[in-house]
Amino acid sequence: MQDIVLRFPGVLANDHVNFSLYPGEIHALLGENGAGKSTLMNVLTGLYKPQSGEIRIHGKKVSFNSPKDAIANGIGMIHQHFMLVENQTVTENILIGLDTPRFALNLKKYDQEVSDLADQFDIHIDPTAKIWQLSVGEQQRVEILKILYRGANILILDEPTAVLAPQEIDELIETLKEMAAKGKSIAFISHKLTEVKQVADKLTVLRRGRVTAERVDLKDFTRESLASLMVGREVIFNLHKCVQDHGREVMRLEDVSAVNNKNLPALRNVDLSLHEGEILGIAGVAGNGQSELVEVITGLRECTGKIWMDGKDIANKPPSFAISHGLAHIPEDRIGVGSAPNLSLTSNVIMKRYDKEPISHKWQLDYLAADELTDNLKTEYDIQAPSVKTAARKLSGGNLQKLILARELSSAPHLIVAMQPTRGLDVGAIEGVQQLLLRQRELGCAILLVSEDLDEILDLSDRIAVMYEGHVVGVVCSDDFDITKIGLMMTGTLPQDLPETVKPELHAEGASSRFDQVLEAVRDYEGPPQPDPTIQVESTEHPQSVTPEESEQAEPPTPLEDPDAGLSEKERVLRKILGENYDRRGEE
Amino acid sequence: MNIPYPVLLKRTEDPAKWLPIVTSVAAVVAAFVVSGIILWVTGANPFTVYSYFYRASFGSWGAFSDVIVKATPLLLIGLGCSLAFRMRLWNIGAEGQFFIGAFMASAVVMVPLVNLDTTPRWAIVSLMGLLGMLGGALYAFIPGILKAKLNINEIIITLMLNYIAVLWNNYWIFGKWSEAGFQMTKTFPKSAWLPRLADYAKDVPAFSGLTLHAGILFGLIASIIVYIIVYRSKWGYKITLIGDNPRAARYAGINIATNTILVFMVSGALAGLAGMTEVSGVVHRLQERISNSYGFSGVIVAWLAKLNPFAVIVVSILFGALLVASREIQPSGISFLIQGITLFLVISSDVLLKYEIKWVRPTQQETAQ
Repeated sequence: MQDIVLRFPGVLANDHVNFSLYPGEIHALLGENGAGKSTLMNVLTGLYKPQSGEIRIHGKKVSFNSPKDAIANGIGMIHQHFMLVENQTVTENILIGLDTPRFALNLKKYDQEVSDLADQFDIHIDPTAKIWQLSVGEQQRVEILKILYRGANILILDEPTAVLAPQEIDELIETLKEMAAKGKSIAFISHKLTEVKQVADKLTVLRRGRVTAERVDLKDFTRESLASLMVGREVIFNLHKCVQDHGREVMRLEDVSAVNNKNLPALRNVDLSLHEGEILGIAGVAGNGQSELVEVITGLRECTGKIWMDGKDIANKPPSFAISHGLAHIPEDRIGVGSAPNLSLTSNVIMKRYDKEPISHKWQLDYLAADELTDNLKTEYDIQAPSVKTAARKLSGGNLQKLILARELSSAPHLIVAMQPTRGLDVGAIEGVQQLLLRQRELGCAILLVSEDLDEILDLSDRIAVMYEGHVVGVVCSDDFDITKIGLMMTGTLPQDLPETVKPELHAEGASSRFDQVLEAVRDYEGPPQPDPTIQVESTEHPQSVTPEESEQAEPPTPLEDPDAGLSEKERVLRKILGENYDRRGEE
Repeated sequence: MNIPYPVLLKRTEDPAKWLPIVTSVAAVVAAFVVSGIILWVTGANPFTVYSYFYRASFGSWGAFSDVIVKATPLLLIGLGCSLAFRMRLWNIGAEGQFFIGAFMASAVVMVPLVNLDTTPRWAIVSLMGLLGMLGGALYAFIPGILKAKLNINEIIITLMLNYIAVLWNNYWIFGKWSEAGFQMTKTFPKSAWLPRLADYAKDVPAFSGLTLHAGILFGLIASIIVYIIVYRSKWGYKITLIGDNPRAARYAGINIATNTILVFMVSGALAGLAGMTEVSGVVHRLQERISNSYGFSGVIVAWLAKLNPFAVIVVSILFGALLVASREIQPSGISFLIQGITLFLVISSDVLLKYEIKWVRPTQQETAQ
C-alpha cells in the first residue's frame, strides 16, 4: 500500500501511509485508538476507498469496491467482533455466503474439509459444534478458518487479543506463528505493546494518521520507545501508588453462591471482605465466576448467602438498592450494559441520577440542568465529543469508558465494582483510567477490580483474590505477590498445596513481563529445551503459570532476552518446512 | 455490501435535522404518483380520481368534519402505540383494547350503572370515558404482566386478544344486550352522547349537520400529555432508556417489569378511550362494526409519525381523509392501496436517512475486477 490518503469529514484518517507485507511474516500495526490502523486495513479490505494512493498485490495494482473483491484477491480480515451465527455449526458458518454448495448441503463432506484445513494449521476445533457452545477463543478460530477456507493468503486481525483470556492469547499466537510458517502473511493490529513484541516480526507504527515507524525490526525497540512512538510522548509505566492503611470494612460476602445463565453453579461459597481505601483484585481465567460475582454484588443476579454493604444486606435486592447506598459499577460490557448507544451523552450521564435534584423536580426532568452537568463532566474527564447531544455510540472506546467513569465516579461512591475497566483501551487511556481508580482509592473508596490483565491487577491491587471454578482459591496480600503462586492458583491449586520450589529464577535472568515469559515458553516448545526443567514442565502444562512475578516496575531498562533468537529460530523452522523455496523477501 | 447496480450505499452517521421531514413528505408524494400510475393503468384518470378524493375529504366543512371524526380514534390509538413502541413493546392489540373500551363505556348505559335520566350529561360521559380507559388498560394489563413476569412474546398475545375482544363484544350484542334480535344494542339516550357540533346548530347555523364530536379534544389533550411524558418527564426518560437498551436500564436500577406493565396499560387506556369516543360520539350504540380496523391503522400511524406525538396528529388526519375518501370512490380499495403504498414508501425512505447513496461510475467498477 503506497501513499494511502483517506479523509473523513474533519479528520485526515490516513496521511500518505505506506504499508507492506511479505509472505510468511507477521507484521504488526501499532497505534493508539483512532490512529488510523483500522481505517488503513479497511482500505485494504475494500470497505473504504482511498482518495489517493495505490494498493499492489504481488506487484499488480488493484482497486477494491467491497470485501468480496478483497477476498477474491486473497485478503481477509478477522474483525474484533465476530460475525457468526450462534445456532449453526462451525462448518455451516464457514460456508455461509459462498457460492458452493449451491443447493444440497452435504455437510459431512464439508466437515471433513474444514477439519483437514484446521489440521493443516494445528487449529483444534470440532466442525460439528454449534457456535454458542464455543468459547470466545474458539469462535475466533472459526473466524480464522472462515478466512482461510476462502483461500486468503493475507490475513488481517483487528485487535484479536482484546477479547481473549491469557491462555487463549497464547494459543492464538501459536496459531499465527504456524500460519506464518506455512507462508501466510499476517497483519496484526494492536495497541498492546507486550503482545506485539511477542508475536510480530516487523512493525509499523501509526500516530494520528501518519506513519511514525515504517517496517522496522522489533528487536531494536524497547517497550518504552514503542510507546513513545505511539503516543508521541513518554509513557510512565510505573503507577504511583501510595501506601495507606485500610479503614473499616465496606463490604463482606458470606457464603455466596449463584448459578450462571445456563443454570450451572458459577459461584460456590464465596467469602470476601473489602475495606475503605483498598483495591481488591480478582484474578482468574475468564469464566471462572468473575462476571457472576460482579452481578450478585450489583443486584443483577440472584444468589444465596449474604452480601453486607455498610451493614445492610444487599443480596437479592434490586439494583437500585445498592446504587442508592453508594455502589458504582463499571461494567464489563460498555456498549451492551454500560450505555444506551443511541441516546445522547446527557441521557447516558443521568442514567443513575435522573431522579435526584437538580436533574429532576418531582415528576419532571430538567434537561437543561442535565446538559449542564454533562458538559461539566465532559470537561472534567476530557471526553472527546462534539457536544453533549452526541449519541453515545459515536464515541470511541476510550471516550465511552471515560463517560461511564464520569457517571460512576462523580456520584461519590463508597464502593466501586470495576470489571475489565481498561480492556480494549489504548495505552494513554489505560493510564488515565488506572489513575482515576487510584485517586478514588486515596479518597477512601473500596474498589473491587476484576481484570484478566494480570499486570493490571498486580499494579493496582492491595490484595488479590484468585478465583477458579467459582471458588475463591485464596487471597494474597500485596507484600506477598508472587506471580507463580497466583498463576498456579488460577489453575485451581490451593494455596496450601503450592510447591515451595516453583519460585521462578527467571526474573533473575532479566525477564520483564509475563508476556515475554510466555514468548519464551512458546519458543521452548518449538526449539531446544531450556536449562531450567521446572519451568519447562510448567510452560507446557500451565502456560499462565510460568509468568514471572513483577509488574513493570521491575523491568530493566535494556530489552530483555534476545528477541533475535526467536527470529532466527523461526527462520530455522521456516527453512525446514519450505526448503530452498523459502525466501524472506518474496514477491510483493 | 455488494449489489449488482452501480450504486454504493454509505452509512451516514448524522442525517440533517430536516431530512426526516423531507423524506417523509417525499414518500407520501411518491405514493400518490405510484398509485396514480396504477390508476392510469386500470383506465382511470388519476387527476380526476385525486380531485374527487380531495373534494370528498377536504372539499367542504362537512367532509372535513368527517375526516376529523375518523382521525380521532386513529390519533388516540396512534399515541398509545407510539408510547409502547418507544419502549420497544410491540402492542398490536389496540383493536382489542378499543373493543373492550367500547364495551365498558356501553356498560354505563346498558347495565345501567347510573340513572340515565337524572344524572347530568357531563357526568355520564366522563364515567364512560373513565371506564373505557380502565377497560383498555386492564385488557392491556394481560400482555403486560405476561411479558414482564414470564417474558412471553407480546406480539402473539396482543394479536390473539384482539379476537377474544371482538367475540366478547359479539356475545353481548348477540345476546343479552341485543335489541330485538339485531346484532346491536339499543341507541344510547342523548345524555350518553359526546357533544357534537351539530348539537349547537340552533345557535350557530353553520354547524348544522357537522358530525364532529368532542372526542378530538381528548385526542389533542392526549397528544400534549404524551409529548410531556416523553420529552419532559422522568418516566419518559425511563421509557426511552429501556427502549434503547434494556440491559443498561436494568443496570441503572430501573424496574423494567413495572414499566412494561405501566406502558402497556397507558397504551391500552388510550385505545380504550378511542373505543369510548366511537360508541359515544359516532355510532351511539355498541355494534359489531365499530372499528374500521382502527387498531391496526393506529399501529401504522404511530410508525409513520416516527413515534412523535405531534406528527401523529398530522398522520392520523391524512389517514382519516383516506378513510373518508374510500366511501366516495369506487372501488373503495383505492384508498387502501394508497395507504399501503404510503406505508411501504415511508418505511423504505428510512434508507435515505441511514445511508448516502452514491453512483459509482462503471469505469471504477471495471478496474476492480
